[in-house]
Amino acid sequence: MVERAPILDMICHAILIAGAMLVCVPLYFAFVAGSLTIAEVQKVPLPWLPGDQFFANLQTAWVKADFSRSFLNSIVVALGITAGKIVVSLLSAFAITYFRFRYRMLAFWLIFMSLMLPIEVRIVPTFEAVANAALPLQWLADMLHVADLWKWISGHDVAIALEWNMVNTYPGLILPLIASATATFLFRQFFLTVPDELCEAARLDGASPLRFFWSILLPLSVSNIVALAIILFLFGWNQYLWPLLFTTDKDMATAVIALKNLIPRSDSEPAWNIAMSGALLAMLPPMLVILLLQRWFLKGLVDSSK
Amino acid sequence: MKASAPIATSPIWPEAPADPPSGLARSQHKSPGETAAGRSAVTERASKARTPKRGQPDREPGLKRANFGRGAGLPTLLLLPQVLILVFFFFIPSLRALTQSVLLSDPFGTTVHFVWFDNFKALFASGEYRQSLVTTAWFTVAQNVITLAIAVVLAFATDRVVRARSVYRTLILLPYAIAPAIAGILWAFLFNPVVGPLAHMLHALGISWDPNRNPNDALWLVIMAASWKHICYDYIFLVVGLLAVPVSLMEAAAVDGAGPIRRFFLIALPMLGPTIFFLAVMNFIYGFFETFAIIDAVTHGGPAGATNILVYKVFVDGFINLDLGSSAAQSVLLMTFALICTLLQFRYFEHKVNYGV
Repeated sequence: MVERAPILDMICHAILIAGAMLVCVPLYFAFVAGSLTIAEVQKVPLPWLPGDQFFANLQTAWVKADFSRSFLNSIVVALGITAGKIVVSLLSAFAITYFRFRYRMLAFWLIFMSLMLPIEVRIVPTFEAVANAALPLQWLADMLHVADLWKWISGHDVAIALEWNMVNTYPGLILPLIASATATFLFRQFFLTVPDELCEAARLDGASPLRFFWSILLPLSVSNIVALAIILFLFGWNQYLWPLLFTTDKDMATAVIALKNLIPRSDSEPAWNIAMSGALLAMLPPMLVILLLQRWFLKGLVDSSK
Repeated sequence: MKASAPIATSPIWPEAPADPPSGLARSQHKSPGETAAGRSAVTERASKARTPKRGQPDREPGLKRANFGRGAGLPTLLLLPQVLILVFFFFIPSLRALTQSVLLSDPFGTTVHFVWFDNFKALFASGEYRQSLVTTAWFTVAQNVITLAIAVVLAFATDRVVRARSVYRTLILLPYAIAPAIAGILWAFLFNPVVGPLAHMLHALGISWDPNRNPNDALWLVIMAASWKHICYDYIFLVVGLLAVPVSLMEAAAVDGAGPIRRFFLIALPMLGPTIFFLAVMNFIYGFFETFAIIDAVTHGGPAGATNILVYKVFVDGFINLDLGSSAAQSVLLMTFALICTLLQFRYFEHKVNYGV
């Protein structure tokens, strides 16, 4: 601080308290609504103090949205996306910084281009791709007239119909989301700051590239990996569009999607107390993550956008 | 450094074996020519042992000076997972969108016609699409302005206060953990015209508020929810940016008689210019794409298409109305927009270097 300005400081505290209120008021009302009975929650105006139905509502919401199943799905998907993105981008960052090969820059630009298009803009074709991941192979087969070729060689008439449907599977939920330009660049930037002497020394001791990666580069990257993992976990847990399209089966719904079924529509009973309990439950895991791992979270948030 | 280790200092590694046996045997291997070159490199290095390593100009950008040589097998293997996923779930779908956007097919995919740019022409001719464009523009601009304005004020205040700073920061950052869909649901409840406590206050003030019927109210509801969820993002970048503003500069200005607010507007804010630009672009990307969840959870694009933003329309036309050609054409337009945003982000990097913040 450059000078004392008590009045300005007071104003600043007031601004920050207002900001904190802005964040907390919706959460507080969710908590209040979640602790009322259905009759109380429809009273106008809503009471300012919580009622005594909090845990009962949590239980109802848990059962009604089948959270025991969807939490499991969310955890699998979020961890899968996190682990997948980190592994895939660590490997490719290692390849483009530590090897000199002909299409190095091509690989770099291919990965970079994927930064440009969020999945939302190409949902229909991506859906097709995942609904039948073998489709490109099918085109290839059609294009090369493999069937005709086979007929010519063996005299048998065959129709090639390849299908690999990933709808309602974990791979379908995870794979399309794990290609990550951001994570690759984060690791690339970090690898560029690793002292050259380490690699030289490892080479001198006869370490293979993979050995160097595993024993030297990976341990050095731990803090970056942890910070990024937190951001990616939040990203995975909070996914909406993709699970929405991809989970026609209720058993594959993630927590956020399952919550959607609890929101009262105009033609149903306005059970806002259950909906708010469900919302609190579904936001709890990511909330705990950023509260408990705050320092790492901040590092990850700022790093991953550089 | 010992002269018995000449290979280690030659700038470019000799052909690296893809899978050498581990152990010390490799360091013994050297050919006479390499040794001579290596030794001269050693003496050169020894003479300027304490100078920074920037001596050698990078021949290839983004490649480590100490690298594993030219073998193409291993790097290909390492890149394979990423590239396969990109090809299957990124490049092929994008190409499909491009081809579909110039085709006309019926919902069952039995007949397909090549129609040049008719899908695009039909889009711009349709009032629905133009309305969606206007809605999106309103939505993203309002969201951007609100988010940035609140974040700047909060960041300024955070930079001034000493006591309880981390408590404020933690609280303000909380919404980052909340899924956009859940943020939407929270606000839908607060402003629910029947039971919502804030809607009740509005009614008490004599404002008729009903986002289920009034298009304007619905738009404001999703703008509020979207901004609420995103303030934390802008906020943390501004806080970090303000920490990087040199204290000496601020002190010099203070000695010259500039008050805290004036210093903030005349020194800190201009220095944060690149950051703010970057955040504005990120806000647009967020508003354009990630707010899908808020719209879908709260308004379903209604009432009367008042919150039918472009990305939601792609979804509705593609998956519900099964108008694949039109949906693909919209996808292509959105891709173009996303491309522009990314290029703008590039400019941010350039500016970042110039300003040094």
